[in-house]
Amino acid sequence: MKRRDLGRWAAAATVLAMGCAAWVPAYASEEAPDALIKRISDEVLATIRADKSLQQGEVSRLMSLVDSKIMPNVNFTRMTASAVGPAWRQATPEQQKRLQDEFKVLLVRTYSGALAQVDDQSVTVKPLRASPSDPEVVVRTEVRGRGDPIQIEYRMEKTPAGWKIYNLNVLGVWLVETYRTQFSQEINARGVDGLIASMSERNKSNARKG
Amino acid sequence: MKNTEASCGSRVARATLSIAFAGAVLASTGCATVQNPNANDPFEPLNRTVYRFNEGVDAAVMRPLATAYQQVVPQLVRTGVHNFFGNLGDVWSAVNSALQFKFGDAAQNILRFQVNTFFGFGGILDIASDLRIERHREDFGQTLGRWGIPAGPYLVLPFYGPSTLRDTIALPVDRRYDLLKQVDPHDTRHVLYGARVIDTRASLLRVGNMVEEAALDRYSFTRDSYLQKRRSDVREGRPDPGAGQTPREDTVPAGQPTTAPSR
Repeated sequence: MKRRDLGRWAAAATVLAMGCAAWVPAYASEEAPDALIKRISDEVLATIRADKSLQQGEVSRLMSLVDSKIMPNVNFTRMTASAVGPAWRQATPEQQKRLQDEFKVLLVRTYSGALAQVDDQSVTVKPLRASPSDPEVVVRTEVRGRGDPIQIEYRMEKTPAGWKIYNLNVLGVWLVETYRTQFSQEINARGVDGLIASMSERNKSNARKG
Repeated sequence: MKNTEASCGSRVARATLSIAFAGAVLASTGCATVQNPNANDPFEPLNRTVYRFNEGVDAAVMRPLATAYQQVVPQLVRTGVHNFFGNLGDVWSAVNSALQFKFGDAAQNILRFQVNTFFGFGGILDIASDLRIERHREDFGQTLGRWGIPAGPYLVLPFYGPSTLRDTIALPVDRRYDLLKQVDPHDTRHVLYGARVIDTRASLLRVGNMVEEAALDRYSFTRDSYLQKRRSDVREGRPDPGAGQTPREDTVPAGQPTTAPSR
């Protein structure tokens, strides 16, 4: 009798606690950009370390990890649009959606290899060099583990839904800049549909390999 | 010994000149088979040819060797080898840090070398990293960049790979002061050179695979990544507030038409 009551009491307390947490007002999403990056980085690293199948590089699980933990904080439309360049505005909404989908698969597939190598890395976020009223910031981080530390920087913009990442820099190389050239070469040769086809082809051959 | 060094230097100088000459000839004949001319890459046709050659050599020789090395040699030994060559590199990095007036970095590099050599069995153990003594990788190309010399056009060197005009000119200096040059028995020196090349290639195996998967055009991906990284290494640490800003294409600025004339 006593144990069942205790169980019910614990359940009620949990529901109450969750309810309170859910009620936390909307301005809690005004998380500072550097705090946001620290939180996501730690969460992602912890998830990978705890999950054997992620460490073995299982792509579908890595994709869902990225989708759940990372993508909500990325303005991926802006990222893709900047990489595609002026041709973006000439593309149909359907082409734009396909561009985003293929680009996401390309990125996750490629860089998931790096995520799978995680073992004892830790992320340090450097002090933010920005004033509180800046609409855009660069958050600089360093990933330390075995070997030389890796510098990763995130360019973020302030949106009504919180801070969003729209460009990424690893060891001095900005993602959008690099892909701008890649995409413009394809678009000049074969147009937007040609670019979609190339990315799709590349994704399929990567899937076959991995 | 001195004669071979002198002829080595002039050989590299001659090679550089002939590459530059070939490039000039190609450029002047208006070899404009380049679809997307890049301001940093006026010698693109020549560079692409050399790049293809390097890829061939890599696929035939270097990658199989490095892969076999990774599979056969135990991780502990490979880490020791990597630490050993890294330790030797710290000395030249210290010299270049000092030449760039980054005396704090120079001191850390020298301290790394001392700690690892004396307590790390000649550099095989990387104790300095465990003690959080930072490594600051520098080479003469970066020093020239710090002194204000612009990178110049992108060049792909046979065997050495991506470079720039400035870095190609700096290469003989890096080689001249390479610690391995001091190793006396001729054969031991060449074995060490070979080991270092394999160690370097093995440490880049993952990067190479990533480029293969991530790039739509490996040549331009390698070029753009290399140039960005070099620029970032030269300006190292100095804040760049405009970094990573790209024109946004996803929203239409007021007053502009939403559709452009079709291509």
